[in-house]
Amino acid sequence: MNIKDILTPFTAWANVVKEPVTIKDPFNREAAPRYRGFHDNDIEACIGCGTCEAICENQAIDLIPVDGVETKDGDSGLRPQVDYGRCCWCALCVDICTTDSLRLTNEYTWIDTDPDNFIFTPGVTPKSWYKKEEGWRKPGNGYEFYSKERVDMEELHAEERIDSFIEFVKGYSKEQAEKEADRCVSCGICTATCPAHMGIPEYIKAIRNDDLEEGLRVLYETNPLPEICGRICTHKCEDVCSVGHNGDPLSIRWLKRYIADQNPSEKYKEILNQDTSKSNGKKVAIIGAGPSGLSAAYYLALLGYECTIFEKLPEAGGMMRYGIPEYRLPYDQIDKDVNYILELGVEIKYGVNIGTDIKLEQLGKDFDAVFSGTGLHLGRSTRIPGTDNENVYFATDLLREIVLGKDIYVPEKIVVIGGGNVAMDITRSLARLQQIKYGKVDCTATSLESEDIMPADREEVVEAREESAIVDPGWGPKSIEIENGKVKGLNVVKCLSVFDENHAFSPKFDEDNKKFFPADMVVESIGQGMDLSYLSKEFKEKLKFTERGRIKVDEYFQSGVEWLFVGGDIIEGPDVIHGIANGHKAAVGIDNLLNK
Amino acid sequence: MINKFLGFTPKKEMLPSQTVTPDTEIDLSSHKYQKIWLGPNHPGVTGNMAVELTVQGNTIMKAQTHVGYLHRGFEKLIERRLFVQGFPTSIRMCVAEPDTNEYFIARATEELSGYADAVPEYANWLRMLSLEMARLQGLLRGVPGQGGTFALGIGVQWGVYLRDLILDRFEELTGARVYHMFIIAGGVRGNLPEGFKARMEDNLRDIDDFIVKIKKLMFHNSIFKTRAKGLAVITPDMVDKFGIVGTNARACGVKRDVRKDNPYLYYDQLDFDPPTATDGDVYARTWIRWQELIQTVDLIRQIMAKMPETGDIRCKMPNVLNWKIPKGETYVRLESGRGEMGMYYVTDGSDKPRRINLRGPSYNHAISVLEHMLIGADVADVHAIMVSLQTCPPEIER
Ligand code: SF4
Ligand code: SF4
Ligand code: SF4
Repeated sequence: MNIKDILTPFTAWANVVKEPVTIKDPFNREAAPRYRGFHDNDIEACIGCGTCEAICENQAIDLIPVDGVETKDGDSGLRPQVDYGRCCWCALCVDICTTDSLRLTNEYTWIDTDPDNFIFTPGVTPKSWYKKEEGWRKPGNGYEFYSKERVDMEELHAEERIDSFIEFVKGYSKEQAEKEADRCVSCGICTATCPAHMGIPEYIKAIRNDDLEEGLRVLYETNPLPEICGRICTHKCEDVCSVGHNGDPLSIRWLKRYIADQNPSEKYKEILNQDTSKSNGKKVAIIGAGPSGLSAAYYLALLGYECTIFEKLPEAGGMMRYGIPEYRLPYDQIDKDVNYILELGVEIKYGVNIGTDIKLEQLGKDFDAVFSGTGLHLGRSTRIPGTDNENVYFATDLLREIVLGKDIYVPEKIVVIGGGNVAMDITRSLARLQQIKYGKVDCTATSLESEDIMPADREEVVEAREESAIVDPGWGPKSIEIENGKVKGLNVVKCLSVFDENHAFSPKFDEDNKKFFPADMVVESIGQGMDLSYLSKEFKEKLKFTERGRIKVDEYFQSGVEWLFVGGDIIEGPDVIHGIANGHKAAVGIDNLLNK
Repeated sequence: MINKFLGFTPKKEMLPSQTVTPDTEIDLSSHKYQKIWLGPNHPGVTGNMAVELTVQGNTIMKAQTHVGYLHRGFEKLIERRLFVQGFPTSIRMCVAEPDTNEYFIARATEELSGYADAVPEYANWLRMLSLEMARLQGLLRGVPGQGGTFALGIGVQWGVYLRDLILDRFEELTGARVYHMFIIAGGVRGNLPEGFKARMEDNLRDIDDFIVKIKKLMFHNSIFKTRAKGLAVITPDMVDKFGIVGTNARACGVKRDVRKDNPYLYYDQLDFDPPTATDGDVYARTWIRWQELIQTVDLIRQIMAKMPETGDIRCKMPNVLNWKIPKGETYVRLESGRGEMGMYYVTDGSDKPRRINLRGPSYNHAISVLEHMLIGADVADVHAIMVSLQTCPPEIER
């Protein structure tokens, strides 16, 4: 020890003359731009998916109803409420928010005397910091908590598929399905929108767990036609999928197909383990073996009812078989779903025409209840000059005849009027037949609606074009040119708009902008109508009808006649999944009626 | 010497270092001894733990450490949460250097799920930067803090100010000052903000000045020397016996440093040599830490010079909500400011860890080594010894 060691520490006194380093006003110190301070939520953008709630490790978030936010498709109507007694400001909720609506501002001082105030709803409870731009947002640079990209489904190339009706969408492999299933955040937003309220997150989870038997059981809880829906469902669920807000929505339909495809039909009975051997002694008649009829029969059979389906056509499926081309929905897949329903003891009587072969009133007497799901099988006409020619057809008729194996007229040049999925179905079917017959395709589809508002699924339009069909939207049909009794083509004029300000159908045309589609055959596909000729005049008087001419039903699809339930396309839709949902609900309604 | 300094001759039992061994017989009924509890609430104890002291006069005859006042069950909490939900909890296991625990959770899950090599390079450099910044802020508190245990308060104030500047840098890089939650499985949660390096360099220059100032204040200080030299000596033969690591081992000449012995991240690309000393006493430990302060500043400069300008911050990984990790186990470790820390991590194929266990240096240093070091020491030196062993009760109890 020396004297230096005693004196040197005193050099610290030099600090006495230095400026202090203390922050004078610590309450107004601006935090860093990335600071994780208090929550803000863009209430308009948030969809109440609850993913923030799911990831919060402190259970600081609760989804609650909020004034002014309505529940609707794709929005639960709830918004996250945060409890600052639990929150640790980790911002995991921000990093996973499916819509990017949630963020943390860099505000960090909040003094309050009431502890309950620290539970608040960001974006709703008024707070001074909402206007602040700075704060934590989801980082970029490759940072994401779930993949935004959909796993592509493999398809046959146009050249491989155009000369046959072979199914062209290949289906997911195990690896692909599990990868796609991994993207789901299990929010259930899709379930609410699905007309049948299928347990989507649950069956997607079963895929992740590689428990496809459980997956099948989940499917059959709400949908007895999974092979079919896994292929051709209009997938309204995908339109609202929360992952779709910031990337591609989950491929829900293909995942459903994956589960159904992977479970062999022979094992269905064992997997689903449904016992229908005990009858409750009551009988229900079902008119039409379409989706709604099959669904009603399935759920009624599970409840112990003896069900008999009366089908006019030689095979089951209704529009699914006679309206949807085989390349989209192969017949063996329809059979797989239908056969399982038959295994439960449901009987189908083919070739029976209700109204002519058996009167509806008679069914009402012979059975305890009747469900009618007769579908939309009649074509609608544009009624333009020339439609009475023999070579002007309805799409629905042609599609049915193709399935029935009839030899239909396929000329070298065809034009289809219509822009919906049925129009695309007939265009692509006829294109295939042309390719088979002539080795080339010359089939044009033209619709009133312009490309952006065409009702057909986008992929249908794209695939039709891949298959060399021409889709030329935005034209209003004027007349069919006939020469010597033969169709020569279709005259159209430019369509400027389809709907008026009130969204009512009121097309406007530019009469000077004309076009001529040369063709030997014209197919009309502008919508389908129902055939209610099986209802006698006296019977019709007992029923009630809506303004649009549909039979009036209650929430259980019960009509004005107590024993008659009506569902499917003639009530709602048109699509398969509404039919399935209607059938299920009607089964419950029938059970309520007969078991009360 | 002491007589000269104090101007009187103290009585024998007032003097430190009576010859006491762990085997010394203590007969409490003789009324020659007294029991004192230090802690669990005491400003000198760095967290909540207690030391039960049996003293004779000022001399500690026997010491028993008691923990259990701070148990929050963090390991169990993490075992009941998804993999991604673990890191906000893990950081609470060590307030002083939370970043190490973030790293463990990230690294262990990456290793067990096969993503260890997928972490982007830029992210790994940022991990290293944040880990060294954590070491730096710890040293800025720890080095002058050792002076504080001998009532040298001014250095602590300088250190706390500079530590706050580093926390400012943490704040702009990670979004938080103390619990950063920055290192996440797959990478990190943010890139380097614009102008960060320049602001960091400014702070490092201030710290350079501080290093010189604190040297004068502490290491050319007769009181500090008198009290710290020869106090609580760790000898090299104790190192393996007690599992002593980090600066506590290096201060007695045993060169142990995970960054060198088992390099992780890109430490093999940095130029540094961990300092060592031979005396193994409180003074030597503080001196080593002061040298590490210089080295850490240098390492941060090296990292900022060598890291890429930009890049991806996280690799593509499974959906964090659905992430399952196959059955497996791993031990991940790193050199924290207190020495080797490690985490044993077991997975069972589910979406949550089966078992995690933190191997923290404080567990050995502050429970068993401390008990040993206190025997024969003066009551007034207990805090100095605890701090010199880098006692961190929150890390003992998880
Ligand atoms: S994750 Fe986002 S969109 Fe979903 S509820 Fe939370 S804040 Fe709203
Ligand atoms: S910041 Fe973290 S703790 Fe707070 S609500 Fe969000 S997820 Fe939960
Ligand atoms: S499929 Fe989409 S909407 Fe449905 S639960 Fe998964 S993420 Fe949510």
